[in-house]
Amino acid sequence: MPLIKNGRPAEDRYVRVLDDAPIPDGVPVIVPAARFLADADEVLRRDAPTGVEWPNNRNVAALEPYLGRLAVIVLSFPNFKDGRGYSQARLLRERYGFVGELRAAGQILRDQFLFLVRAGFDAMEVAKPGDVEAYASALGRYSVFYQGTGDDRSPAMRRRLARVTNATPREMAR
Amino acid sequence: MYLYDDFDRTLVAERVADFRDQVRRRLSGELTEEEFKPLRLMNGIYLQLHAYMARISIPYGTLSSEQLRMLAHVGRRYDRGYGHFTTRQNMQFNWIKLEDLPDAMADLARAGLHGMQTSGNCVRNVTTDQWAGVAAGEVEDPRIWAELLRQHCTMHPEFTFLPRKFKIALTACNHDRAAIKVHDIGLRLHRNGAGEAGFEVIVGGGLGRTPFIGKTIKPFLPKRDLVSYVEAILRVYNQAGRRDNIYKARIKILVHDLGAEAFAKAVEAEWLPIKDGPLALDPAVVADIAARFCYPDYARLEDDPPELARLRETDRRFAAWLDNAVTNHKVPGHAIVTLSLKPEGGPPGDATSEQMEAIADLADRYSFGEIRVCHEQNLVLPHVAQRDLPALWRALDAVGVATPNVGLVSDIIACPGLDYCSLANARAIPVAQELTRRFRDLELARGLGRLHINISGCINACGHHHVGHIGILGVEKNGEEFYQITIGGRADEKAELGALIGPAVPYGQVADVVEDIVAAYVELRERPDESFVQTVKRLGVEPFKERVYATH
Repeated sequence: MPLIKNGRPAEDRYVRVLDDAPIPDGVPVIVPAARFLADADEVLRRDAPTGVEWPNNRNVAALEPYLGRLAVIVLSFPNFKDGRGYSQARLLRERYGFVGELRAAGQILRDQFLFLVRAGFDAMEVAKPGDVEAYASALGRYSVFYQGTGDDRSPAMRRRLARVTNATPREMAR
Repeated sequence: MYLYDDFDRTLVAERVADFRDQVRRRLSGELTEEEFKPLRLMNGIYLQLHAYMARISIPYGTLSSEQLRMLAHVGRRYDRGYGHFTTRQNMQFNWIKLEDLPDAMADLARAGLHGMQTSGNCVRNVTTDQWAGVAAGEVEDPRIWAELLRQHCTMHPEFTFLPRKFKIALTACNHDRAAIKVHDIGLRLHRNGAGEAGFEVIVGGGLGRTPFIGKTIKPFLPKRDLVSYVEAILRVYNQAGRRDNIYKARIKILVHDLGAEAFAKAVEAEWLPIKDGPLALDPAVVADIAARFCYPDYARLEDDPPELARLRETDRRFAAWLDNAVTNHKVPGHAIVTLSLKPEGGPPGDATSEQMEAIADLADRYSFGEIRVCHEQNLVLPHVAQRDLPALWRALDAVGVATPNVGLVSDIIACPGLDYCSLANARAIPVAQELTRRFRDLELARGLGRLHINISGCINACGHHHVGHIGILGVEKNGEEFYQITIGGRADEKAELGALIGPAVPYGQVADVVEDIVAAYVELRERPDESFVQTVKRLGVEPFKERVYATH
């Protein structure tokens, strides 16, 4: 699956480990949530970066004790209409202060890239041909955002206040 | 009226460009219909029985004359010369071709109109009292808060893929004209004991397959916390709402399953960490939004000018209209005028392009260029000088929107039903049309007092049948249209769900049954001013049922 990281095509260095397979040493891995929680300290003690794949029906608060040692959290989108991952991402970034890679995986449409980035994702696994190339234009489609979501895009309400103007609303509306 | 600035206009223009590209990809075959679906839905475009339907957002039901003229233009140029006002205070066009839609949207954008947040599982158009800002006794104009919520929720990255659609309504009066208790979130702006204004927050109301009256989870929320608290509700719902069954996905089911108290606790836990963060409303932000609502410079006038009294005495039709469609305004010498879009035999809520243009001109002349849309599918001119009422009435009468039946038995709410909608099981519009013919006698209708008939063509309840004083729900039985009839529902501050009076009846009998129910009411009421819902409340369904099923 092609990976986009910080807006650019990237190589996925991580190996996916299934629930019952042994975890290789010295290799960056992404392990399923249940496996990770069963023996988190052991998994994190290895000498390579560790990621976890987190389902969208599980409270991300359970990850809080490990966030400083996790390199990647993969949030899954089993269906593009299922938006639970957006809330999980915002909580991880804004409430729990996770600074590692936050990756979206599953069924994702390019028309959702901007939403994902605004919710805090910096990486996504994309499926459709052309999606990697479409990334820049998908992100650039909008320049006005009404709400702050923890990303660096300033919401319109703030930008309005910052605008130095003596014009009345009626004049601005023209 | 809220005046769009360059930020608002830029966003709308960007949305049109985005949509144009999506339609291009669909027409070229780059996108399948299935892939196009979520994209078109984000712009209010549905695929209906015969064509694509475009739903245009009218935030909190406020329109400028320029916007109404633009809707008229789009109706004429791209549709069949009319549009349909909905119970969400929006407008729907039923016949626009896909290849014309980007141009239609671009034309609408020139007047600040768009289809954002009108479909899909996002926060839909925030609705409010059609008399906001002009009703006597209002705490303050609720549209300022509706606009704040509109902006906050528009293309919200976290809440664009909720389990299901999400509807918010606000009122700032004791008398609720916005049906807040049957919304996902209902907000009632009121004053606490200390005289401070804040919101009662009601959640989990709704109609559809499983109707519920909403429950209060916060009796008093300070205004500064409105956005953060709504965010917390949405976040709880986004994560915990059911996604396995579309019929159980609305927040009402979650609130019901958890219980209002547990739900409130979950919201509180989600809210406390964000309450004092960036979402706490800066008074300067609120003031900035409020400053872009322009209020008319009303003339100093006396109530009941002589020209009004004169015509009232000499013209019975005028007097009937004045008593029915004209309401007190908070400013002396002025009036709020409701325009009935329910003529005898007409589809409820439809307006032709000619009518829209005439109404826009009259709004410029008599109502400071402002028009409101009611959730009952009528229009309002909110700022009319009382001395202008005779001239306005003649002009409204000439375009067919002065039927004095506002709030009466023939002022029917109906969804588009099987005539247009791909979800419908039965027709709604022809049932409404027939009922307006049966109750064409306005003298008789006045004698019945307030009586709201609401009709839905399927269980999704777009016609709000559960909260109609008389509710009519179309269902399909062995390939035929049948109708379940409820009585005693209401959508106001005493909101209640109607009770079924008995087995469903076939299409051909609906109007007869309604006539029987009305006749039973006239016999059963204690006094002429005991309203239909009061009589049902006092006696229950039984006496109505006996009467109806004895004759059918």
